[in-house]
Amino acid sequence: MLNPDSVGRTFHSAEEVLVTQSEIQAFAAVLGETDTSVAPPTFSIRITLAQSQVLLSDPSVGLDWARLVHGDQKFEIYRPILAGDRLKCSSTIENYKVAAGNEIVTVRSDLHAASELVVSTWSTLVVRA
Amino acid sequence: MVDAGGARMIKVGDVVAERVFWIDRDLLKAYANASGDQNPIHQDEVFAKSVGLPDVIAHGMLTMALVGKFVTDWAGGAATVKEFSGRFTKPVVVPINQKVDLTVAATVSEIAAGMARLDITATSQGVKVLGMAKALVLKS
Repeated sequence: MLNPDSVGRTFHSAEEVLVTQSEIQAFAAVLGETDTSVAPPTFSIRITLAQSQVLLSDPSVGLDWARLVHGDQKFEIYRPILAGDRLKCSSTIENYKVAAGNEIVTVRSDLHAASELVVSTWSTLVVRA
Repeated sequence: MVDAGGARMIKVGDVVAERVFWIDRDLLKAYANASGDQNPIHQDEVFAKSVGLPDVIAHGMLTMALVGKFVTDWAGGAATVKEFSGRFTKPVVVPINQKVDLTVAATVSEIAAGMARLDITATSQGVKVLGMAKALVLKS
């Protein structure tokens, strides 16, 4: 079970993730997108999924990643991600509830390039009973 | 409605024509590599069935990424997207050696300040796979 004290806590990644042109091209190619001047709108999941998993695997959080299902996803994109961006992820557990025995956790992850907020994402994760 | 330049202006209620994307196991593998999401439920039939799924299922985020392609093709590029959201209501089941459809359509639900909001539907094999899907894009 999630530790209720985790709600509202923000975890900051110490490392920057460098976005490369080849990563944007590989992601775009799957979608049949030929314009790779900017990243596709959902590209940030490539960074936030892994980063938030690392950040929220802190034992004090109590989130069981092995039993997680992705419930919904939202992006707010302040500017497109570009090759050469160095992005830092911070993840916050914004909301938590238990329904029919399932734990429902909303995680917000923000990606910053230096002090500029580039993308905010919200993932609702369901830990199945 | 036609603007002074003769171009057709969009209006609330406009329909974005339905389009079909085809999903197969090769696409799941390519998306797994491109996204970094190597969860075996998207590649390994034995594993998927062992956790109670009917077969390999597509990444929800692949479904959303393809819907994003539908949106950006209409809006005029990936740089137009300001907000994008959806709920994963049912999985897209991808049996081996088959191509399954992802059928996407949308309606313009709101226009304001150079932006348009789309309400989007997405189904696979007749089943709704994305709920409450919306996008807010720069579009005039």
